[in-house]
Amino acid sequence: MSWLLFGLLAVLTLGGGLGVVATRNVVHAALFLLLSLTAVAGVYLVLFAEFLALVQILIYGGAIVIVVLFAVMLTRSSDYPRISDNRQWPLAVVAALGVLGVLAAAFMSRPSPVTRPQSPVFDELASSLFTRWAVPFEVASLVLLVALIGAIIIARASGNER
Amino acid sequence: MEIIDILTIIVKLAVLFTILSVVVLGLTWLERKVLGRLQGRLGPTRTGPMGLLQPLADALKLVLKEDIIPTAAEKVLFWIAPVIVVISAFVIWVTIPASQSLVVQNLDLGLFYIIAFSVVGILGLLMAGWGSANKYGALGGLRAAAQLISYEIPLIMVVVAMAMLAQSLDLRVIVEKQSSYPYLLLQPLGLVIFFIAGLAEVGRTPFDIYHAESEVVGGPFVEYSGAHWAVFFLAEYINTFAVAALTALLFLGGWSGPFLPPVVWLLLKTLAVVLVIFWVRGTFPRLRIDQLMAFAWKALVPLSFYVIVITAVYQFYGWPAWSLTLMSLAGLAGVGYLVYQRMTAPARQVKQVQARQRALAQSRRAAAAGGTPPAPQPVATQGPG
Repeated sequence: MSWLLFGLLAVLTLGGGLGVVATRNVVHAALFLLLSLTAVAGVYLVLFAEFLALVQILIYGGAIVIVVLFAVMLTRSSDYPRISDNRQWPLAVVAALGVLGVLAAAFMSRPSPVTRPQSPVFDELASSLFTRWAVPFEVASLVLLVALIGAIIIARASGNER
Repeated sequence: MEIIDILTIIVKLAVLFTILSVVVLGLTWLERKVLGRLQGRLGPTRTGPMGLLQPLADALKLVLKEDIIPTAAEKVLFWIAPVIVVISAFVIWVTIPASQSLVVQNLDLGLFYIIAFSVVGILGLLMAGWGSANKYGALGGLRAAAQLISYEIPLIMVVVAMAMLAQSLDLRVIVEKQSSYPYLLLQPLGLVIFFIAGLAEVGRTPFDIYHAESEVVGGPFVEYSGAHWAVFFLAEYINTFAVAALTALLFLGGWSGPFLPPVVWLLLKTLAVVLVIFWVRGTFPRLRIDQLMAFAWKALVPLSFYVIVITAVYQFYGWPAWSLTLMSLAGLAGVGYLVYQRMTAPARQVKQVQARQRALAQSRRAAAAGGTPPAPQPVATQGPG
């Protein structure tokens, strides 16, 4: 049962990812991204990580794809819907293979445990996130802060030109 | 998983869907009646006793109407958008309990689940606006995205504060914790923010900017007709009912109350909130989009952070309950003062302009009497901003 589900979700994830790079319409690419990210949430659910699955749906399936779509629709993409910049594809291949290599190495060196999967207790998740992993957590929020400040600077710069 | 389990879940979902559909039919009738009374009309009277059959007639009409798909529309997006909107509205109800035991599937992360899926509905609106290949539709979709993303933040922050108070994301535990007194008394500011942001979330007047008929002629729904449009309508009322039920569960003590059975109490409280929503619709004019966004980012977001901070301080130092009430009321009073300032601003500006015009006329008269040409003076011709 879970293998069947996983297979279906994997096909959806990979198909969505393929759609993102294959389609020429930017809005369609964003929607394929949505499909892929939502399927990943399903994979988390198969692994009994409900919290992670919900975070995936809220942040990636909801907020991020909405903001991407919003930006694409605002930038008059309908005037030139068939532009795609593919110069980066060799770099993208290297990056993708690198990630695959790291993940495969990790998977080989530590085979998956044979115990039954179970959902983590929410309290434990929270306390370990804010004590043991507090520094990485704060670093991640720093990245978001940098993005926010960058957005404000760009907006202000264009406002002065007028 | 056993076959029986899957079957029971399917049966439960079917029952839930039937109940929600009946509730939506009832709500449309109630809204017409209440709005009619508020505006000095009778509302529907001809179909059945007190117009009770009006929603059935409407539903029949919508189903029988021709379902038009524009030639220029993106067929897949156009077709799938209402489905996404209604499913995201419907799945929220899976974990909303009607009483301690009456719930389709209780989740430990119930509140978080509700928030996660309430965001997905926005995507459907964006896709509807884009897919119908219509300027008003695209504009409405963009407005929906901007508005709903903005109001999602205060909503989530207040929900987090309530979860902090109850020390749980499980709606049943949150209601249990309110058995002695509802959280309305502890966190009145939270209730106000939640209610306003909730109204904006479901796009009801005065926040119906993204489907405002007089501005974007229906927004994302402009090209929809017949059954597809009815699906959007269904989702809107399911969402309204969900916001009312969540307000009752989070702030009004849910199903706790004397004498009557729990389900009846929850229904009564939810109905009261729904009536307030209709009342607000009958009372306030629609906001402008810039007012809407400014109100979200300059008023509601900082206030929701204030709610989180006072709740955290109260929890951490273990202060008595009335201290949180006082802090919350202080925030509410501050907002009340600001809103009062804004509401009376036009009158004040009109007075200023009138005073300036009087002074100008006086100086002109004086100049004419003196024989020298009047010096050009800047005149405030701008109306109240």
